[in-house]
Amino acid sequence: MNGARRLLIFGGIALAVWGMGYGLWYAVFAEHQALNGIGSSLAAAFDASASRNAGAAEAAFDKYKQAKYVFDRQVDVHGHWIGLAMLLVVVGIAFDRVRFAERYKRMLASALVAGAVLFPLGVLLQTFDQGSIPRAIAILGSALVIVALIGITLGLVGRQTSVDQR
Amino acid sequence: MVFSQSSTGEKINAMHESSFAPLSARRLLVLGGIGLILVGMLVGDIFAVFVLHQNAARVGASLASAAHAALAGNHSLVQASFQDVGAFLENRGTKVDTHVHMIDFGYLALLLAILQPWIAFTEGMKRRLAWLFLAGAILLPVGVFLIHYVGLVYSPLQTIGWASIFADFGGLLVVIATFGLLLGLGKHFRSRVSEPMQDTLLQDRSAAGRALFVGGVVMVLAGFLHGAYYAGVDLYRHEALDVSILTDMAKAAAASDAGMADRSLEAYGQLQGDKAVKIAAHAHIIEFGLLAMLLAFFQPYVSLRETWKSRWAYVLIFGSVLLPVCVLMELHFGLVAGGLADFGGLLVVVALLGMWIGILRYTGQLDAHLGDAR
Repeated sequence: MNGARRLLIFGGIALAVWGMGYGLWYAVFAEHQALNGIGSSLAAAFDASASRNAGAAEAAFDKYKQAKYVFDRQVDVHGHWIGLAMLLVVVGIAFDRVRFAERYKRMLASALVAGAVLFPLGVLLQTFDQGSIPRAIAILGSALVIVALIGITLGLVGRQTSVDQR
Repeated sequence: MVFSQSSTGEKINAMHESSFAPLSARRLLVLGGIGLILVGMLVGDIFAVFVLHQNAARVGASLASAAHAALAGNHSLVQASFQDVGAFLENRGTKVDTHVHMIDFGYLALLLAILQPWIAFTEGMKRRLAWLFLAGAILLPVGVFLIHYVGLVYSPLQTIGWASIFADFGGLLVVIATFGLLLGLGKHFRSRVSEPMQDTLLQDRSAAGRALFVGGVVMVLAGFLHGAYYAGVDLYRHEALDVSILTDMAKAAAASDAGMADRSLEAYGQLQGDKAVKIAAHAHIIEFGLLAMLLAFFQPYVSLRETWKSRWAYVLIFGSVLLPVCVLMELHFGLVAGGLADFGGLLVVVALLGMWIGILRYTGQLDAHLGDAR
């Protein structure tokens, strides 16, 4: 097994284990609390409106906004890490079909693994800091995945060699 | 070493027979995995037709009831309406989870089937782990589906019912089986086998296999590009709108403005619809892309003529593109686009069934051959 294939398969397995571990932590320690926070803040906002208390309603909506923002990103991170891990392993198994020189294949594999780690990480960091750095990390990660996938597609549809035809 | 055509064919047959023997781990995982995906897709189709829209309407009605209760200053009705929203969302959530987990476990089963030659355990051990995986992969979604109906009946716990307990146990079985198979994989790579692993599945370069793999990668790429566009253009706008519409609704209730409350409710429904179709299109095209890539590996096991293998491959790709594209158009073209999306899903199911039957035919031929040899 060459270096690029090994990187993709082992990177994928490691990322899947990490993603599942994160999902387990999330399901046990965060999900129910987050859902409770969303539901209770929304109910509190409407309850405050029923009491004609605009200030309390606004505060409750702020809580709802924060809770929903964090919840959406935590769910996305779990789904994307595991989905990308599966993609890494599948692409890794078939990486000999990509008809590029080994050096370019290593670059593509590294970009795909780096993107698969960075993109959800950037999204997760947004739950701690809503500034531009986490967003930039997420954009960089997704750009790496997209560029690597374009490269892999080009490598797959390239001219079939006599070795492949045999 | 150069083999004659017949001896190469015999060698390939022998390798297939050994890796795809009756009740072997690979055969269990391939047939079980595709079976799980098929059932998961049918559950998804039934859910989309009979539950999804009706449930969304009930959630909308409960939210409207909450807004009007706030308008009337009725605190208890506000709380009751939100409890209804919670119950409807739980019903919806468990159905979606059943659909998603069945399909994802099917994908994982196919992935583990591909990795079987690299798992350095005895065939008996691999078979036991495959059975354990399949038992958990069935138990979890069935348990999740029953959560809404079983509730806390006869439960020894205060917040978790029996259905949830069995679902969690199913998940544990899947984790144990997957972890066990990964240990076998690690054992193989630690043993530093000098001879490269031969697996005919990975050497296949048939037209159907190539179309599925390249089509799959392109679909995943398209899904990522669409996801990036959604994140850049819609995500933050949707999040801001979600809060502002709800705030308007609450303000309308506080000001006893029934007209504004109704307009806000309508806008909220539109927003949820817009979000749902964009996320569904993104998720489905990537999932179908991965499915096509995984199925590409198993084309040597599909015992059909090459023309039929190619037809099923193209039908699967066409359905996989049609469904998300039509889902995206649902907001503008309504039921016509929805019907076409369901047709796309049906094409994927039919193509998958065609391949599954082809693999079953292959197992029959292989078993008959093994029987003759004995």
